[in-house]
Amino acid sequence: MNDFFTVAIITATLASGIRLAVPFLLAALGEAVGQRAGVLNLGVEGVMLIGAFAAYYTALESGSAAFGLLMGLVVGMVMGLIYAFITVVMHAEQGISGIGIYLFGLGFTDLLFQKQVGTPRPISGLQTKPFDWLADDTGRAGELLFSHTILTYVAFLLVPVIYFLITRTTFGLNVRAVGENPQAADTLGVSVNGIRTAAIVIGNTMAGLAGAALALEIGIFQQNLTAGRGFIAIALVYFGAWRPVGVMAGSLLFGIVSSTVLQLQVQDVISGSVASIANMAPAVLTVIVLVVVSRRIGQPAALTRPFTRDS
Amino acid sequence: MLKMTDNQQRFSSGLDIGRLLRPFAGLAVPAGAVIAALAVGAILLGVFGANPLTGYRELFTGAFGGPDELAATALKSIPLMLVGVGICIAFRTGVINIGGEGQIIMGAILATLVALALPDVPRPILVPLVMIAGGIGGGIWGAIPGALKAYSGVNEILSTIMMNIIAGFFMSFLLEDWLIEPGAIRIQQTKRLTHNADLPILPGGTRLHLGIVVALIVAILGYLLLFRSSLGMRLRAVGHNPHASRAAGMKVELSITQALAFSGACAGIAGAVLVFGSESHRLIGEGGPLAFTQSAGFNGIVTALFGGLHPLFTVLSSYLFGGMLAGGISLQRAVQVPQALVIALNGVVVVFVVGSLKLRTRVQRWAEGDIQMEDRA
Repeated sequence: MNDFFTVAIITATLASGIRLAVPFLLAALGEAVGQRAGVLNLGVEGVMLIGAFAAYYTALESGSAAFGLLMGLVVGMVMGLIYAFITVVMHAEQGISGIGIYLFGLGFTDLLFQKQVGTPRPISGLQTKPFDWLADDTGRAGELLFSHTILTYVAFLLVPVIYFLITRTTFGLNVRAVGENPQAADTLGVSVNGIRTAAIVIGNTMAGLAGAALALEIGIFQQNLTAGRGFIAIALVYFGAWRPVGVMAGSLLFGIVSSTVLQLQVQDVISGSVASIANMAPAVLTVIVLVVVSRRIGQPAALTRPFTRDS
Repeated sequence: MLKMTDNQQRFSSGLDIGRLLRPFAGLAVPAGAVIAALAVGAILLGVFGANPLTGYRELFTGAFGGPDELAATALKSIPLMLVGVGICIAFRTGVINIGGEGQIIMGAILATLVALALPDVPRPILVPLVMIAGGIGGGIWGAIPGALKAYSGVNEILSTIMMNIIAGFFMSFLLEDWLIEPGAIRIQQTKRLTHNADLPILPGGTRLHLGIVVALIVAILGYLLLFRSSLGMRLRAVGHNPHASRAAGMKVELSITQALAFSGACAGIAGAVLVFGSESHRLIGEGGPLAFTQSAGFNGIVTALFGGLHPLFTVLSSYLFGGMLAGGISLQRAVQVPQALVIALNGVVVVFVVGSLKLRTRVQRWAEGDIQMEDRA
């Protein structure tokens, strides 16, 4: 029991929690941008799966994790264009078409995996650790802060970047405008469909990247690799009340809880059944947080509403 | 979703010629969308080196080619029908229920617990009992997010997703330790449950069991509830316009909670059928929650939408989708393309059909305009 409570293990657990938070963070930040523009994307899970498979397969064939990451990003972007066409141009019901994207991603990646790869073959993940040289001299805190791959830093750097984008730029103002009152934005000459398309593409690109990050972190691909993480990412947007910092807090919560549970299980501190209960905790906590915040913070007023000039 | 009901209303108030022509104009677009989706599937089959025609022929014969195939399709469609009827109730009340997965699991768990607690109760009593237990388990799991939405304003899409995750871990919690089959091999599954709870096989020499009758009864009850009862009238009124319903003195909060409770109950019964109608007659958690539910919680949404959110048409669309799932197995056998293709195709069908609704409205308007001009001439 005492084994767990050494500084070394706690540090390692927290560090791995930060790594596990990255897919949540990327996907949820992207979803937040889309929702601020008034578009709900329930297909995050499917896009993550497609991004994960693209990254895995590319890394497997080319031997380059970075190239895999790039492919994850590209397929995310493509899925974003498709989703934008479906929801913005064709006005499809967003919740349902998202489920369609999810089913497509779930089946399509499983199909490709069985056909192209067959048996699970491991890939080596991303090795670029830009601040690794700092970790040796700075002790435990250094390990916690400087031992990560470049992707982790990029993900966390995106928190202030997205915050700045949404609150301090013209584009962000337009995003919020079309999410709250598209008719008014339209009257002022803002292209509602254009802004929404851009927001969706940003969101899906980040979902693809999130899937790629997950595949490279785990090092293999299998059917339903994401196991609900994309759906959790959507919930994290509400958890964080559509604000990047809140989304980050939620992502870290889910990441650190799962790394802690995993570590406790490896150390044989808790049994499998207790681990299941512990893994439930973030979901239960999210529901409680939703109860607390739902009265105080409203969602973007035009969320899920397609835009037409004549309505 | 609401657009569909609007269209249905427009149907009934139209001209005589219009009544004859308009349904076809309206059907052309979704039919075209399905054909387009199948074309995507044909391309995928071709890419994987299979003859698309052979593939689709195998899919079709595997689904509807004979009594055994028809029975296999029916078996696959049972969970879709049950979840789908529940989705009709929730969506008609204006509540989005993404929680079918969790509701299936909780129904299965409660039904399993009842079967474990009362193994000696005679079969004619125990079978209905475990079905009811399934309904209660799923109903509670639906009522919670329902009440949270109604009384605390919690978005039901999120809470039902969270409830799915909680249910999945709860199942694995129970099967890790408490309910696991005793023995050296630790697989996340219960022992074979009492024979008294087995769903009886229907006569006819196929594997089809009583679950299909249960599903049909639930569909009829769902129809009666929604369209032939004052409770259903209130639910639909809330779905149509909650503010007006409140002004008319209806308890909107109660209706929302009821809708999700009923919706969850239907999914919960599907969970019980998945346990007691399976060939192993166990609750199996190995391979994750998705392996147990077979994604019926999501696919049921698809079939309900195809059924126009009408419980009886949902039975029909579920049967067709069940055919795709059952046919996928023979597709895999015949042309060596994994049946995962069918799941991907399901997704494409959904996207295409939902994406074509605006087009459909346009075509319908165009058809209406056309008819009116003819009328004037």
